Amino acid sequence: MAKEFELNEVEVWDGNYAASQALRQAQVDVVAAYPITPSTPIVESYGSYVANGYIDGEFVMVESEHAAMSGCVGAAAAGGRVATATSSQGFALMAEVLYQASGMRLPIVLTVVNRALASPLNVRGDHSDMYLGRDSGWIQIDSFNAQEAYDLTLCSFKIGEHLDVRLPVMVHQDGFTTSHKAQNVYPLKDSVAYNFIGDYVPVDEMLDFTRPVTHGAQTEEDWHYEHKAKQHKALMDSRPVIDKVFAEFKELTGREYKRVETYMMEDAEVALVLLGSSVETAVLAAKQLREEEGLKVGVISPRCFRPFPYDLIREALDNPSLKAVCCMDKSAPGGAMGTLFNEVSAAAYSTNARPIMTNYIYGLGGRDFAVDEAKRIMKEQKAHADAGHITTNIQQFSGLRGPKLGFYETRRS
Amino acid sequence: MSITGSVPGTDKRGIRELGAEEKVGWDEVQQGVVLNSFEGPTENSAFLKPEDRNYADFNSYTATVASWRVLKPIYNRDICIDCQNCWVWCPDTSIISRDKQMLGIDYDHCKGCGVCVEVCPTNPKSLLMFNEAADNDAELANWPVKEKKAK
Repeated sequence: MAKEFELNEVEVWDGNYAASQALRQAQVDVVAAYPITPSTPIVESYGSYVANGYIDGEFVMVESEHAAMSGCVGAAAAGGRVATATSSQGFALMAEVLYQASGMRLPIVLTVVNRALASPLNVRGDHSDMYLGRDSGWIQIDSFNAQEAYDLTLCSFKIGEHLDVRLPVMVHQDGFTTSHKAQNVYPLKDSVAYNFIGDYVPVDEMLDFTRPVTHGAQTEEDWHYEHKAKQHKALMDSRPVIDKVFAEFKELTGREYKRVETYMMEDAEVALVLLGSSVETAVLAAKQLREEEGLKVGVISPRCFRPFPYDLIREALDNPSLKAVCCMDKSAPGGAMGTLFNEVSAAAYSTNARPIMTNYIYGLGGRDFAVDEAKRIMKEQKAHADAGHITTNIQQFSGLRGPKLGFYETRRS
Repeated sequence: MSITGSVPGTDKRGIRELGAEEKVGWDEVQQGVVLNSFEGPTENSAFLKPEDRNYADFNSYTATVASWRVLKPIYNRDICIDCQNCWVWCPDTSIISRDKQMLGIDYDHCKGCGVCVEVCPTNPKSLLMFNEAADNDAELANWPVKEKKAK
């Protein structure tokens, strides 16, 4: 029996430590991991919990992230509660196995500390790795600070393991800005956290010798399509389960999460859409602009990046007062508009409000995104709104040195 | 070509063509592409002989899965010493052996890799590879003779 970890009502934890404590409280059966900056302390702390008797499960150090996720797939297929952590290049090396985990419907929890992808090599936080996972069939939940990293890691077990879902879940936090910033975190007692998640219920587990099963089968053109469609439906249908788990978590802790977080959107004329720790920056900027200039600014953030909350994004945008929206992508777009821009614009197109949509790329490789810059971009949206059309390039770059860089102009007058 | 039915333990091997199974829609496929090995209670399946196991439709035991074989092994009972080497090494459980007596080859699962021939210790070998179209009886009648040791 694992020892209880004594916790204060308020702890000073960074995002990494918060995530590691949530993994510990979930009493994971198997963690197979290969540490990588900036998520290393999650694995390191977990190792110390194992060494000090706070965990009953197995901790497997492997030779690569591909092996880490492979070990997780094997352990989950065998019938255990499984989790691991990674970032950036490690995430990229896991990519092949991420698709195996979701296709095999194994509810593994992966705590991802977001970091840029090489080249050039960079250890700082941006959303390249999170975006890399967006078609992998995992549920992707984004936390903006250490408390959320803790809370949402607990929730992720309950969501992924729900028998109507049975899908792996990534819980994201921003490298360094969240993972290494010590903040006040209100943890739950071990027993309360564990009881919230509940015992693991295995499905089609390989260690059930009374019912031998094959996992990881091959299918060709006669079966593959049906399996992928069923998997996609499971991901789409996880939405009400996510809502339900968030509601139960609110009942337990008073802390409320939604698949789409909205701030001051009731009367907003312009809005920013963005992810991660920048959300707190944007909310602060919006509050200041409201006070200083009376500019009605709101902020929208898809807490749940996958399944993409098309329903709630559309709801948040479908307000006659809303005139201009800027979607901010913290990942190099690789010859396209940013992902948030594309997906949010698609949702906006089916609203009556149909606000003007623009795109900013920002924060690559950990480039700072400060309140003043957020305010400048918000005011730019107001200029679009007043003009009734986009007054700049549709895609621009925030915080970039050199001549102004931008692409495409509106054909709407 | 198939020895199904003629050798104990082969009665359910390769009784259907791969891909002949009923095609169901996305709502009926098994979650996570999990395939059951057997139908019904199977607590002691490891202790049952293959012909006594209730294989599920998706178990490849009942399917014929050797259509791409181009070379096949032919087995010569007259030379075999029942050492079981081929049975141990065969990657497709296509050597049929019962009570440590070699019975023959399951041509519905053999892919023609030739491992059985490599590991056969007799002189001449009790298993040799031939073109898929070769006639078994003709090749058995024309089997190589014992090689003399070089002096």
